[in-house]
Amino acid sequence: MSAKPFLLAAEGLNKSFDGYQAINDLNFYLDEGELRTVIGPNGAGKTTFLDLITGRTAPDRGTLMWDDGKHDLLKLSEYQIYRLGIGRKFQTPTVYNDHSVTENLVLSLAGSRGIWHSLFGKVTPLQRERIAEILDIIKLTGHAQRKAGTLAHGQKQWLEIGMLLAQEARLLLVDEPAAGMTDEETHRTGELLLSLAGKHTIVVIEHDMTFVRQIARNGKVTVLHQGHVLCEGAVDQVQNDERVIEVYLGRKSKAA
Amino acid sequence: MTSNPISSRIHGPILLVSAVFLVVVMPWLNSCGLIADFTLNLWGKYLCYGIMAVAIDLLWGFTGLLCLGQALFFSLGGYMMGMHLMLMIGKLGQYKSDLPDFMVFLGHTTLPGFWQAFHSFPFALAMVFLVPGLLALVFGYLAFRSRIKGVYFSILTQALTYGAALLFFRNDLLMGGNNGFTDFRTLLGSDLRIASTQRILYICTALLLVAVVAGCKWLTNSRFGLIQRAIRDSENRVLFSGYATANFKLFIFVTSAMIAATAGALYVPQVGIINPSEMTPEKSLEAVVWVALGGRGSLYGPVIGAVSVNALKSWASRAYPDLWLIILGGSFVLVVMFMPNGIIGIPAQFAAWAARRRNRDATTAAAPANRVTDP
Repeated sequence: MSAKPFLLAAEGLNKSFDGYQAINDLNFYLDEGELRTVIGPNGAGKTTFLDLITGRTAPDRGTLMWDDGKHDLLKLSEYQIYRLGIGRKFQTPTVYNDHSVTENLVLSLAGSRGIWHSLFGKVTPLQRERIAEILDIIKLTGHAQRKAGTLAHGQKQWLEIGMLLAQEARLLLVDEPAAGMTDEETHRTGELLLSLAGKHTIVVIEHDMTFVRQIARNGKVTVLHQGHVLCEGAVDQVQNDERVIEVYLGRKSKAA
Repeated sequence: MTSNPISSRIHGPILLVSAVFLVVVMPWLNSCGLIADFTLNLWGKYLCYGIMAVAIDLLWGFTGLLCLGQALFFSLGGYMMGMHLMLMIGKLGQYKSDLPDFMVFLGHTTLPGFWQAFHSFPFALAMVFLVPGLLALVFGYLAFRSRIKGVYFSILTQALTYGAALLFFRNDLLMGGNNGFTDFRTLLGSDLRIASTQRILYICTALLLVAVVAGCKWLTNSRFGLIQRAIRDSENRVLFSGYATANFKLFIFVTSAMIAATAGALYVPQVGIINPSEMTPEKSLEAVVWVALGGRGSLYGPVIGAVSVNALKSWASRAYPDLWLIILGGSFVLVVMFMPNGIIGIPAQFAAWAARRRNRDATTAAAPANRVTDP
């Protein structure tokens, strides 16, 4: 292991649902500024892993430490974990359908989450600027006043990524961002994530191998299988690993 | 909920006119003898219900919490005011005793300790807020911390209300039991049985209604309101956006309980009685129906719903004593079937219907023109 402190360290994680071992002795280490891609067949425990990190479910055993062991995530609730700077994009786009795109971003802006502030706090000019900037990044400037519920599927995915940007999260957990997107939208999403790496630490869960090859150009890929890390490394290395081909990619031809 | 530009432009003036009418014109007509004392008193009661309906809307329409305990908070506010009114009867009661009649009847000779302080009006007024507020705080804290949601929350609030009603039916609670409190004489030295006192109570109610609606309007338009509706639509996302949703729900639950309680406190001196039948789950359900009929998530709709349903009830029960339940039930069915957004949604519904009609006319007019130019 490197001497560099880990941003997130998961050790010996276990979680079972009604006897089904979703996460099995999982060890996972993440450096600050990394763009990590997590792949794995259905039921490999990818989304459950995110649920554990964000406090949605508690593991049966194991540890989850944040920021060089400064915080024990297992002792915190969802909103406290969020406040440490861990943001999550859900697999199905989860935005506030009845609110406008701008309002969605306003609610996600970094800053106080208290009741008092929500009653009397105003959106500052600086925050307005930031919202305009994000709208530009996620290509929704022309839709700022539209209700989020009326956006196309891909646009909702982008809005949710924009909400993570507004939050100024240190770690972005992005669950299948390319699901339901056209090839061009998928490519743009990849570019967006690549441009954010470094400034943010990013974990992307994905199925689409073209997309994985695009975003994992410089980063590491982790392969999960039956709740356990099967292997980890550069995308080419992983794709040529015999075990990966066997459990996940099935046929070698499909991997390319 | 309707954001029709025309309707929102006339919204302001309509509201202002309604407020002035309720607060100034109605009592003035009454003092001129053009509105009967009985009618004004009835309207005072309707407006109290209207305030309770706004409180329900704040919880149900805006936050998605269907609470069936609002009648409990309303009655508790009423009971706190009632305790003060009972002590103000003094020796004018049946038994010519300093004690309230029901206590004499039960054989008590001294006033129980917890009644003593209710001689003071400011204390009683503080209790109107504190007792329901604290109950809501404790109950809400436990419910929201355990993440009780949806229909389970409704059932629990209903159970709480039912339990409280059973408790208040008991004589040994020393809250008047079955019969509750009645036969009030004075409030702040004014005789409650004369028209001018009742008129002032009516004006207070109308003013409170206007203040509550304006306050809720402000609240729901703030960022708090955004969070409220976000909780209603996607609580998980709000939680994963760093908001402690339980605290927000608790705040709104306690606020709503206190609003209902003030309505109850004004209701009791105007209606002249409070008893446990006011705090049953049925009463809460009835109030939920007013909100649904008026149009939830709109603040004004619930007031319209509460006033119109109760006005219809008073009229039908006098005009058609045998049929009034059928009339009331039938109108509920009609509204639910044909007006999904309630009474307040009618203009928008009509506008949508007119727009559809215009579109159809436009397409039928365009079709033959195409045929001419096409070949």
